[in-house]
Amino acid sequence: MYFAIFFALIALTAVTVTISFFDLGRLNAVVALTIAVFKATLVILYFMHLRYSSRLTQVVVAAGVGWLFIMIALTLSDYLTRSWL
Amino acid sequence: MAENHAMTPHALAHHFDSLDQQREAGTLGMWVFLITEIMFFGGLFLTYILYRSKFPHEFVAGSHALDIRLGAFNTAVLIGSSLTMALAVYYSQVGSRRLLVTYLTLTMLLGLVFLGVKGIEYTEKFEHHHFPGADFQWEDPAQAPALDGNPGAGKVDGRHVEMFYWIYFAMTGLHALHMIIGAGLIAVLIVLAVRGRFTAEYHMPVEITGLYWHFVDIVWIFLFPLLYLIGRHE
Repeated sequence: MYFAIFFALIALTAVTVTISFFDLGRLNAVVALTIAVFKATLVILYFMHLRYSSRLTQVVVAAGVGWLFIMIALTLSDYLTRSWL
Repeated sequence: MAENHAMTPHALAHHFDSLDQQREAGTLGMWVFLITEIMFFGGLFLTYILYRSKFPHEFVAGSHALDIRLGAFNTAVLIGSSLTMALAVYYSQVGSRRLLVTYLTLTMLLGLVFLGVKGIEYTEKFEHHHFPGADFQWEDPAQAPALDGNPGAGKVDGRHVEMFYWIYFAMTGLHALHMIIGAGLIAVLIVLAVRGRFTAEYHMPVEITGLYWHFVDIVWIFLFPLLYLIGRHE
């Protein structure tokens, strides 16, 4: 099981490095970050056992990640809509 | 006293009802700590996003000067160390002292390999005056044009490339500090494991350190594409 996750992570790293050599315009960032999120999810669910943790722990982790997105989204909604700054 | 004899001494702290409850509390507490870590690394990621949207050409130029091979190698090393850490936690749960020590040692060695490669990268940056500060120099893009089709060449402001390197050194430096702390924690675990302090019943420190180690791996999983990969094109 752990080895399967390990090989998946290595394979995804190889894919993301390979893709970075092609010019996809803005898609480069989208693809690279999607793969990074996928890799992080694998690590959290299986290496960190969150899939098998209690409901309480899962909710706490989800809330933490949710707050990170709120911070990023609200800050960007300000900066990106005030181009004179 | 008698009911404790079946159990390893001190496996269960007196303020917990059961080993399960103790384990649950420890895991939850560590995750709460890791969320505070997510938040302060998150602030740095936010800084990166804002400055990248402000100075896209400079970030592309700065990113081109990083060695993608070393970055990819280090990513693989860190993923490997996460595997050995996960195996160490597993063998602590089944109570195999020998394999626990083996995999903890492997994890620490891989962590040190990562730090060594990072040291090589940093040295190279210092030699090229890419460390931000009074010594920072960015060669005129007109003299070093179009690094493999870099469309940002020719309109790059060195001071803004310096900003990229501020963020690069702040984020990778903080990450490296976490790696050093993690390697130190694992060194302590190895000593404790050799002394037989961990059993199938009591192995919470190994699990907690494992969570920390995987978290540091996750931070790198995001740093690698942001700093090394997505700046290769506009």
